[in-house]
Amino acid sequence: MAASPERPAHRTIRAAMVLAAVAIAAFGLVAVVHELTRDRIAATERARELARFDQVLAGLPHDNDLLADTLTLRDAELPGSTEAVTAYRARFHGQPVAVVLEPVAPDGYAGAIRLLIAIAPDGTILGVRALSHRETPGLGDFIDTRKSDWMQQFTGKSAGSSAAARWRVRKDGGEFDQYTGATITSRAVVGTVGSTLEFFARHRDELLAAPATIEP
Amino acid sequence: MTPAAIVRAGFRDQNPGLVQLLGLCPLLAVSTSLGSGLGLGLATMVVLVASNGLVSLVGRSLPAEIRIAVFVLLIAALVTTVELALAAWLPGLHTALGIFLPLIVTNCLVLARAEAFASRQPVGNALLDGFAMGGGFLVVLVALGSVREVLGRGSLGGDLHLLLGSGGPTYGLHLFGEQHGFLLALLPPGAFILLGLGLAWRQARKATDPAAASGAAVTGGKPGEATS
Repeated sequence: MAASPERPAHRTIRAAMVLAAVAIAAFGLVAVVHELTRDRIAATERARELARFDQVLAGLPHDNDLLADTLTLRDAELPGSTEAVTAYRARFHGQPVAVVLEPVAPDGYAGAIRLLIAIAPDGTILGVRALSHRETPGLGDFIDTRKSDWMQQFTGKSAGSSAAARWRVRKDGGEFDQYTGATITSRAVVGTVGSTLEFFARHRDELLAAPATIEP
Repeated sequence: MTPAAIVRAGFRDQNPGLVQLLGLCPLLAVSTSLGSGLGLGLATMVVLVASNGLVSLVGRSLPAEIRIAVFVLLIAALVTTVELALAAWLPGLHTALGIFLPLIVTNCLVLARAEAFASRQPVGNALLDGFAMGGGFLVVLVALGSVREVLGRGSLGGDLHLLLGSGGPTYGLHLFGEQHGFLLALLPPGAFILLGLGLAWRQARKATDPAAASGAAVTGGKPGEATS
């Protein structure tokens, strides 16, 4: 480099052009790969979402496309969600058989716990799963259905009358088992499932009857 | 350098995980099981071989001012390519590796090999170095992942279906129930402790094996200096 007879300005311009050429080549490579993989990634993403719904619907027969039959609720007070809420509807021969909601329990031991809840039209819980959480492995991860069947205790429950009093862990006078050593996690999940049921009760007609919103 | 010396450096004398201590962040974070360790190790190795090859082709003709910038661009493009390919064909593994897959860009092992070796060597040597260094990293990842999985979950290779595709037979050995696992092994402190034991083992071997000690000196690296 020291022996180069070039003037400094020429050197700088040459370096800039080389860098630009490499940037364009790198961009081109990523663009081509993105194009080649886009459809496949969209398909796997879709399959994964549908598999999630299957877990909470527990084999409930439905014949519609849940990802297309969604309803976006503004100003809704689904727990932990400050933005618009998306509800997915499952139907069988046109009749609604379940509404799937994605509430967030903001007060887990290690941050927010994202839940997926399927509720039948009569307000009964069909299934609850944790979608993502950062609870302590071995202590708070019992909310993962692969580790423990604790989440199964919600299945078949409904809000009923004095919902606020009952939807607590036993320690707080409610009727749900807390998991030993992880009361905070239990409390967060039980409370969120309970208030999601209340949310469903308040918005039931809207959730079941309103036509699907077209995703922008 | 002879091919044999390059391979020896990557797997033993200059092993990225146990001697150079490069790329410790993904090494410690992802090595919770044999399957995820193998997955990240292979992804890193593919990136390393490809980036070493490209850098060796363009490296010497680059003006000094922009050399590092070009290397980073090339590495970033390669990592994005690998990430998109995994998202398309191995979505389970893509999810399991999470943020550590795109973070291969910042794995200083990749940039270190580009700058310190590949940019000054012919293509053949650079490719072999990528394979050897990536392989050395892979071996440590798999070893650490296996030990942590056995201690923490009582299984070995239990999530290999992430790599081999689900729906087939169930993979892996199940030695004892997961509830009896040694939780510490799965948590970050366990990763540090086990890697520390690995380092101690490597140091002990080097101390008793004069051939390994001199080999490390000849390649002229600076063991233990750079970490990320």
